[in-house]
Amino acid sequence: MDSKYYGWGLPIDISTNGASIDQLIYVIHGLMALLFLGWITFLILALVRFRERSGHKAEYKPHHHFRVPTLVEVAVAVTEVVLLCAFSIPTFSQVRNEFPPKASALHVRVVAEQFAWNIHYAGKDGIFGKTDVKLISPTSPVGLDPADTAGADDIITINQLHIPVDTPVIADLSSKDVIHCFALPVMRVKQDVIPGQVIPIWFQAKETGNFEIACAQLCGLGHYRMRGFFTVDSKDKFGAWLEGELMKKTGGKVG
Amino acid sequence: MSTASAAHLATAEHHYEDLPFWRKYIFSTDHKVIGIQYAVTGLLFLFFGFCLMMLIRWQLAYPGQPLPLIGNLFNESAMVGGIMLPEFYNQLGAMHGTIMVFMGVVPLAVGGFGNFVLPLQVGAADMAFPKLNMVSYWLYFVGGVIMFASFFAPAGAAQSGWTSYPPLANIASVGQTLWLLGMAFLINSSLLGSINFIVTTAQLRAKGLSFYKLPFFVWAQFITAFLLLLAFPPLMAAAVLQLMDRLAATSFFMPSGLVVNGVVSQLSGGGNPILWQHLFWFLAHPEVYVLILPAMGIVAEVIACNTRKPLYGYKAMVDSVIAIAFLSFVVWAHHMYLTGMGTKMSSFFQITTMIISIPSVIILTSLALSLWGGSIRFNTPMLFAVAFLPMFGIGGLTGLPLGLASADIHLHDTYYVIGHFHYVVAPGTIFALFAGVYHWFPKATGRRMSEALGKIHFWLSFIFINGVFMPMFIQGLAGVSRRLYDPTQYAHALPTQPLNVVMSWSAWLLGLSQIFFIINFFKSIFWGQKVDQNPWGATTLEWTAPSPPPHGNFTKPPVVSRGPYEYSVPGRKLDYVLQSEPAEAPVAGAGKVK
Amino acid sequence: MEALIPYIAKPHPVTGVTNSKLGIWCFLASEVMLFGALFSSYIFLRTGSVDWPHGSQLLNVPLATLNTMILITSSVTMVMSWASLAMKSIPKYRLFMALTILLGLAFLVVKSFEYAHKFEHHIFPSTNTFYAIYFTLTGLHGLHVLIGVLVNLYFLFPGSALWKTNPDQLTGRVENSGLYWHFVDLVWIFLFPVLYLL
Repeated sequence: MDSKYYGWGLPIDISTNGASIDQLIYVIHGLMALLFLGWITFLILALVRFRERSGHKAEYKPHHHFRVPTLVEVAVAVTEVVLLCAFSIPTFSQVRNEFPPKASALHVRVVAEQFAWNIHYAGKDGIFGKTDVKLISPTSPVGLDPADTAGADDIITINQLHIPVDTPVIADLSSKDVIHCFALPVMRVKQDVIPGQVIPIWFQAKETGNFEIACAQLCGLGHYRMRGFFTVDSKDKFGAWLEGELMKKTGGKVG
Repeated sequence: MSTASAAHLATAEHHYEDLPFWRKYIFSTDHKVIGIQYAVTGLLFLFFGFCLMMLIRWQLAYPGQPLPLIGNLFNESAMVGGIMLPEFYNQLGAMHGTIMVFMGVVPLAVGGFGNFVLPLQVGAADMAFPKLNMVSYWLYFVGGVIMFASFFAPAGAAQSGWTSYPPLANIASVGQTLWLLGMAFLINSSLLGSINFIVTTAQLRAKGLSFYKLPFFVWAQFITAFLLLLAFPPLMAAAVLQLMDRLAATSFFMPSGLVVNGVVSQLSGGGNPILWQHLFWFLAHPEVYVLILPAMGIVAEVIACNTRKPLYGYKAMVDSVIAIAFLSFVVWAHHMYLTGMGTKMSSFFQITTMIISIPSVIILTSLALSLWGGSIRFNTPMLFAVAFLPMFGIGGLTGLPLGLASADIHLHDTYYVIGHFHYVVAPGTIFALFAGVYHWFPKATGRRMSEALGKIHFWLSFIFINGVFMPMFIQGLAGVSRRLYDPTQYAHALPTQPLNVVMSWSAWLLGLSQIFFIINFFKSIFWGQKVDQNPWGATTLEWTAPSPPPHGNFTKPPVVSRGPYEYSVPGRKLDYVLQSEPAEAPVAGAGKVK
Repeated sequence: MEALIPYIAKPHPVTGVTNSKLGIWCFLASEVMLFGALFSSYIFLRTGSVDWPHGSQLLNVPLATLNTMILITSSVTMVMSWASLAMKSIPKYRLFMALTILLGLAFLVVKSFEYAHKFEHHIFPSTNTFYAIYFTLTGLHGLHVLIGVLVNLYFLFPGSALWKTNPDQLTGRVENSGLYWHFVDLVWIFLFPVLYLL
């Protein structure tokens, strides 16, 4: 079931740009392990070799200078530069800036609230209907304006994010109340959702399956149960699902 | 001069002895009494914060199960039939962090050790402003009482994380207002204390005690005082703004168009939640250096003393600690990588964060290299001090993936973060603080603590503390979020759920292990083996005063003629030379003493 | 009763200052960070806002200009009070210290008129973010003025008894109080243009 996706260590990565994040994580942990192994070897060596015992005296060498640690220090600094310039800065830039062209992407809006994810699809016309906070009600979680015809084919789900595989997705994240954090662990996607702002993110899945949305910022007493369902369908199945949702909304009448 | 000053001191001591109990021990202006007040209060709050954690760990290991034995002692608003409510879990989380950082570790490390040891190590009779020192302690005490009392407020204590992010913290119950008030007291206590430390170090050093002859402990406390002085005010400002938001309906942190629980907000709006984050982290990042620097100072003293040789790289360590002070003010937004910041800002903060790792590594490496060529004594303080090195190493290393924004995308707000900072603070700082207690207990009380009990305390703590925190990195890599009342709600968290059981049992056993320390501490106050003024054979000035030192500390103000770590000097009968021993002709082969 | 602490009245040979002078400079450094954080918040909120009103249209600039003159004058009288002590004239000290206190009180009275006028027109910190930061900044500053007035009152009355036993120490204390007072004045010099004119 889910066990093939999750275990001890990084979850499965089904995104197109997760590999660079995972690579950085593996590389840096390798370097961390190397450094730590070096340190601990030195530590044990020193503690054993220089333990207090009869016939052994400490050396008074206040100006002695070890060369190796300085070289290690320089190596650490150089490595950090490499990690920054070759890995982290370019990857972060890609995540934050390299949005797919709007025309080729599926555009969704994710409106977070205590304690659910409202997913807003623009429908066949590709235009989001107008929303107004004053129109928000238990039956209208994002306050879709019924007077706006562009909103007639909009789909709004609660906690159901469906996307088609191999298709870029642009998601505009916003929040109604407090700071949440939209996380798709299998996509290596994580972004704070801040009230008063609309923050766009992009991602593309390369495998189908059933996964989850997590909230990764304390948002109140229901923070632990702010779990959403993240489904990656084949393109056909996605189209069918969207149709199905529209049928449910319009009671069979397709606009 | 000496007879007159000795006579003056004798008179001062005589007048001091005549003070009534409440002026001598309650509202004392003697830095040693105040130091002990801070230390004992700090230890009590550490214990309380630890208990909060043990409750958290029950819920994490056995979610939704009634807490055995003591579950029914809790109010209906916290537990129903012994089963913890999410609101209470969030209170435990927020207050555990707040209490440990602001009411436990810093008061013990700075208020306790700093107050007791610093004036002695610089050869002063007391702090520069003894009355102010007394006020600092009582402001801390009042702040602590407010924080403790907040648990009994309607709807309980603060529950928006120790970070108190708005809008959540703005709309939270009255416990949050009490948190802000408590913080105001703690901040002002800290402010007055830091002024005292800076002025005492700058002005009251003994004759001949130049800055580069100061023990590293003093440097660490001196720099820490600057961090506290300059970094806390922005949090004070933030607290004022959040209080205004909560009490005067302003919208500093509240944007327009909020809908909370279906109700459209009537606030004016126009504010920004990110403003709080900037102000908070501007303090909270230097704060973590406040947590670690005094610990490094303690470890330096204990290592030098128990290797019987000078500290390696003293000058580099001092330069590094000064560099950390400056750099710590320009890294804060690495806590905010995922708030929507762009490439320029994130690159800036990644670069500064990588840079600040360099002086930290220099200090750690210098401490480790100080072991080389020594004659190492494995007493209890040394065990804790040596253990600090790899533990802080793990903590520091795991900061690297977090400091790199791309890796942070996956690791932000997961258990990886919790593992990282706990390694630095728990088997890091707190181990160093234990080292300090065992090391300076004889000076403060005139008696030793038991080595046998101390060693048991160390080994049990070392094993169990790793049991608590090492598995967190596995959970973090798996993507398990922090602050989750019930992690079993998420499929990606289920595989690592068994680790929660391991961690919780380690935590409870870690708690039990502290009994050895508590027994040792109290037993030794009354029945510990008596010691003279320098039981460890150390070189710094506090060991030239009686154990415990009288009011005014030194019968004669010390005069310093040498560095702080003159151990195993060739041609000497003893393997240590006190800093205040009069200068003599240079010994052949000893090298120039700086 | 006090342990032997040097450099209370006489300056340290190397640092050149007394303990309390260094102490007050440290305190002022922290105050710079406090007000600096609030000014930074102002900038953050203003640059992030869609429409930010002009203070000159909403606030009473003439009254604030008067307050600026009052505060600057009080800084002059504060220096004079310290100088009088340095020149060993207690009557002059009392005169200038009393003037400083009165000017400080005048500042607060003018401020209270400003606030009262706003409240009468149902303008509160909650009205909008501009007023929120205006009231908070000027309110915190006003609190600092009040504290300065109270400290100066102490030095005018009970505190001045120190002149008989340790005139150097009193002179130093009044000088330090002066440093604090000048700082409070300086904050206003920034507050006034930022809030009222820009």
